[in-house]
Amino acid sequence: MIGLEHYLILSVIIFCIGLLGLLRRKNLLMLFFSTEIMLNAINLAFVSVSSYLGDITGQTVAFFVIAIAASEVAIGIALILLWFKKTRTIDLDSLKYIKG
Amino acid sequence: MLHNLILIALFSPLLSSIVSALFIRSPKKLGIFSSILIGISFISSFLLFVFYENSFSYSLFDWLNVGNFKLSFGVLIDPISLVMINTVTLVALIVHVYSIFYMDEDKSINRYFSYLGLFVFAMMILVMSDNFLGLFFGWEGVGLCSWLLIGFWFENNDNTKAANEAFIINRIADLGMLMGLFYIYWNTGSLQYSEVFAQIPNLSNTTITLIAMFLFIGAMGKSAQFPLHTWLAKAMAGPTPVSALIHAATMVTAGVYLLVRSNEIFALAPSVNIVITYLGVFVALFAASMAMVSNDLKKIIAYSTLSQLGYMFVACGVGAYWVALFHLFTHAFFKSVLFLGAGNIMHACKNELNIKKMGGLYKDLKVTAIIMIIASASLSGLPFLSGFFSKDKILESAFSTGYLDIWILLLLGAMMTTFYSFRLILLVFFVPSKEKNSHTHDAPKYVLYAMGILGVLSISAGWIINSFEKFINIPFELNIEHSTHYVMILITVLAVIITLVYTICKYKQPIKEPTSKINTILKNEYYIPYLYSNIFVKLYKKIAEFLYEIIDQKILDKFYEKLAFSVFNFGIVLRKLNTSNLSIMIYFVIVGFLLLLLTNFIRILL
Repeated sequence: MIGLEHYLILSVIIFCIGLLGLLRRKNLLMLFFSTEIMLNAINLAFVSVSSYLGDITGQTVAFFVIAIAASEVAIGIALILLWFKKTRTIDLDSLKYIKG
Repeated sequence: MLHNLILIALFSPLLSSIVSALFIRSPKKLGIFSSILIGISFISSFLLFVFYENSFSYSLFDWLNVGNFKLSFGVLIDPISLVMINTVTLVALIVHVYSIFYMDEDKSINRYFSYLGLFVFAMMILVMSDNFLGLFFGWEGVGLCSWLLIGFWFENNDNTKAANEAFIINRIADLGMLMGLFYIYWNTGSLQYSEVFAQIPNLSNTTITLIAMFLFIGAMGKSAQFPLHTWLAKAMAGPTPVSALIHAATMVTAGVYLLVRSNEIFALAPSVNIVITYLGVFVALFAASMAMVSNDLKKIIAYSTLSQLGYMFVACGVGAYWVALFHLFTHAFFKSVLFLGAGNIMHACKNELNIKKMGGLYKDLKVTAIIMIIASASLSGLPFLSGFFSKDKILESAFSTGYLDIWILLLLGAMMTTFYSFRLILLVFFVPSKEKNSHTHDAPKYVLYAMGILGVLSISAGWIINSFEKFINIPFELNIEHSTHYVMILITVLAVIITLVYTICKYKQPIKEPTSKINTILKNEYYIPYLYSNIFVKLYKKIAEFLYEIIDQKILDKFYEKLAFSVFNFGIVLRKLNTSNLSIMIYFVIVGFLLLLLTNFIRILL
């Protein structure tokens, strides 16, 4: 029987994958994918807990997260596009302006 | 109706000040406008006097409302304040008119009138307020205006120094005054005159004595009593009309006003009264002795003011408050006109102040000379002039309260007064001058008429003595038999006349005054200014230098420099953390997050 704990463990595993991607990747697009993965891990946790408790609130929040993630990606991709037009690269290390 | 009169009397000087201040840079001269406003203030004050029936208090607005402390900005109309506002506005009016002539060539004449108007406003608040805080507000206001006006010609550094000295010495005394006010509030819970005086009899003797002493210290500063007297002679650096208004007729008498106003406190503090009396006598003689040898036209009159203030304090000390107020009233007229006369002389002699270099000015300055002679005669107390009535009353009061020694000393003071007053007159007007003076002019007619009003008052102000006593209504019994009374008056008059004759005989011809030791001491003002500058100023300078060089520069500055540099160096270390690499920043975020989780976890485990 697949219980709540399985969902939550899966959620944590997906979140950690996203986090590792965020740390290791240098490509800006890949960073976005990683954050997307993390957000969806959270969504999974929300939905499963909501279902477990029989409370609709968690699922509502998950919808909000999806909506906001979509808009965030729209803006982020636009910025990356501009950055690419300007510098011909989407490498994270190209974003080094302030240095101590 | 009365309330409107109060507002007009109080605020038209302020209006004059503000309007003049707005026109500081304009070449338009606002002297006449200011004079009219002050004139309106005088007329309102006089109407208040005419319509006066009972004393009443009128609250303009709530001033302070803090916790249990409630105070309204109120005005008290009673005999004392009526006498004061009429004296102040009348003298101020004449000084304003005089200033139109005297300051005519000064390019910052509007600034002058602005200060002068502000002074009148502050003085009106001082004397009209119905509580001690309002009095203190006016007290500081006149102090400020005095500073502004002494240092009016600030291009000359000496004037600025004189102004600062006056201001600083007044600060010392004001501290005493403030302590008195705190003490009053502490013990009575109010600063309203009526409430304070109602509570005073319930207080212990020591408390009353302390309050009286502190208030007297405040009065000493403003009225330039020994040992805080040095500023008054130096204050003569200001324009002469200012000396007439502020440093003779009004501001310096604020101390006397304070004593008269709080007579109900002082009446219950006999030990303080003894101090006041003896200090007053001492100052009366001390200042007169300096006036006897001084060669500075204005300083002589300044010392004379000091000496007369001493007389007023004696009257307060023996409990004859109405006499003190009466002398204040008559003194305001003859002393201010003496100063205005001195201004005419200075104008005619191109700002010369040394009376030894003058002489024979009578034929050129006839009207000024006559007015000044009248004022001097009144000051000396020649019979039936105003000074005669008031000064004689002070002597009688001292005598009747049993201070025979003080009566004798005051009589001596009166003789000295006659001597220095007529020495001045003779040296300036009658002694044949050594140098060929170019022909000089007297002041224009309107100025002389204005001075003439004060001249007439110097003669006649004393005639109302009996109604004045009834009007003020602070009871004081003179226990002198009629025969003794007549003998006393005779002695006084004889003494004054003998001195007068002696002075005239002595200074008929220009004589070389002896340069004895006493003379040098007197000329140097008993070396008190030197003493002060050597003891207090030098000591203060030493302390200040120590504080600056050791405490400030070597300890405090070093400490804060070290503190600043350590922060700066720490910043240099921290700066290395910012590599501008985003993935490293995310590492920091995650490590921080994990640390937070860890600490929380440990806390739960524990």
